[in-house]
Amino acid sequence: MATREKGEKGARYRKERLDRGIKARSDGIFALTSYREALYLLFPRTATVIGLLLLPLILDEYWTKVVVITCVVAVLSLSWDFIALTGMFSLGQALFFGAGSYLAGIFNHYWGLPPILTIPMATIGGGIFSTVLILPALRLRGIYFAMVTFVVPLILVRIIEMSGIFGGVEGLSALTPMPNLWVACYLIIIALFVCLFGFRRLMDTDYGLVLKGIKSNDQAVMSGGINIYWFKTQALFIGAATGAFTGAFMTHYYRFVGLPAFSMDYTILPIASTVIGGPGMFAGAMFGAFILMPLTEFLRAIGTWRVVLYSFIMVVFVVAIPEGIFHYLQRKYHQFERWVKTE
Amino acid sequence: MSDEGILRVERVNKSFGGVQAVHEVSFEVRKGEFVGIIGPNGSGKSTLVNLITGFVKPNAGRVYFYGKDITGKKPYTIANLGIARSFQMAKAFTDLSAFKNLIIPLYSPRVRRFRGGQYGERDDVAIDILEEVGFERDSAVPFKTANSLPHGYVKRLELARCIALRPDLMILDELFSGMSMAEVAGTLPVVEKIKEEGTTLIMIEHRLKELFRVVSRVMVLNYGQKIADGPPEEVMESEAVKKAYLGSEE
Repeated sequence: MATREKGEKGARYRKERLDRGIKARSDGIFALTSYREALYLLFPRTATVIGLLLLPLILDEYWTKVVVITCVVAVLSLSWDFIALTGMFSLGQALFFGAGSYLAGIFNHYWGLPPILTIPMATIGGGIFSTVLILPALRLRGIYFAMVTFVVPLILVRIIEMSGIFGGVEGLSALTPMPNLWVACYLIIIALFVCLFGFRRLMDTDYGLVLKGIKSNDQAVMSGGINIYWFKTQALFIGAATGAFTGAFMTHYYRFVGLPAFSMDYTILPIASTVIGGPGMFAGAMFGAFILMPLTEFLRAIGTWRVVLYSFIMVVFVVAIPEGIFHYLQRKYHQFERWVKTE
Repeated sequence: MSDEGILRVERVNKSFGGVQAVHEVSFEVRKGEFVGIIGPNGSGKSTLVNLITGFVKPNAGRVYFYGKDITGKKPYTIANLGIARSFQMAKAFTDLSAFKNLIIPLYSPRVRRFRGGQYGERDDVAIDILEEVGFERDSAVPFKTANSLPHGYVKRLELARCIALRPDLMILDELFSGMSMAEVAGTLPVVEKIKEEGTTLIMIEHRLKELFRVVSRVMVLNYGQKIADGPPEEVMESEAVKKAYLGSEE
């Protein structure tokens, strides 16, 4: 360990990590002894919350809309990450999003319900609908589970297209809009925080531990007397309802719902965000979305080259920082050092 | 020791493809008994455990627990009825710390019936159980992630997971394999204590010397069939057992 001499009184100093006192024995067990340590822990969290809440005040209308779509992708990423933490690799974000979108559209178009009712109803309804559709695949693992979740939205698209229900290929338009952009923006930002801190909190409880255990070793969980299929169903519902919320939100935001609601974008963008940001801890997924989506907007100016550059940047991220940018930054943050006096 | 039967296995059969892993095995275990199951590699010991605990469904035959038919029930249902098992290949939750590994069985409906168990309380119970199996309480060991623990600790974590379930019947599948002499010597009293507290034990083991010190009865499997059953001294004198272990002399 590096030491340095300080002139007066010959005091000696050595470097010590800022979180030395905090990380006493283990992750998740904190022993705070000073306000500075509290600040050290609180700063990244509060800075994120305050920064994001200020964004719509600072930005113009165009960029505020970018914030909205970014938050939508971020919430979808959280939903993906949550399901992945329970050991289910899902390609079904498009299903969750589409189910929520269509349900909100249907409630609004046919029954004339206002968004304040359609969004919660579509969140719960979309969650149940998606969970029931995926339920038969719950026993499958890995790529087989992924395939089922991938195919279900494609089937739904064809059903709507061929049967012409719910507006067929034209979709349902002229739906009730959000009161204004501000309401929309703050609604999705608050939803993002609820999911981020809610999921993190949930994963720290004993319930969350069981979910993590299922991913780590489902046989050991079963021998521990826990019905893994029931827990997986619950996790799937939570993730699906989260995704359905974003769909319902976007339906009223665009005032339109149609076949693009099942678009593969809603599956791929969240996964790309999570991979860039770092899977396994929700902040990473959110962070990834906040890199990916604004980047897409910045690159819009250069036309088709955008796709080339965009893909290139993604490859660089994945190859250079496979653990995810967020994990990398977090590690660096925990490695900050200070000089402390030695005897 | 009461004479009440706790586990009854009736003529179970299991084949994988063309291999008859378990063939017409029947036995009964009384409450409070300590039974050892031995046999050469591939003789069907682990499959038998999987058949009892529901991880594998038998092709034929029945398994009764407290007289209740549990054949083909799901592993978690059987665990909640009171049968805990350890795995030959330790199945720890590698990225969770040791004491968090125990939260999962402590969260099961069975254990929650025994004690209220609020969030946080379970942590204390987990640390207590870990101390029982030899994780030093005031050290960092219970807080280390399972994948950074030495092998002996991981195996004892398996035992701790079984204890956490508060089972009536505990089946330990090669608990001592890969443990050092010192670790075995330290763990054996733990197993004996579990037995003294009234838990029925079935132990599969290759370390016969240690096993024979604690069990009252031994069953020998060979090619999926039960070839001997009785007190350890008697069983080891049996010709069939000698033949299975040492090969025939002709």
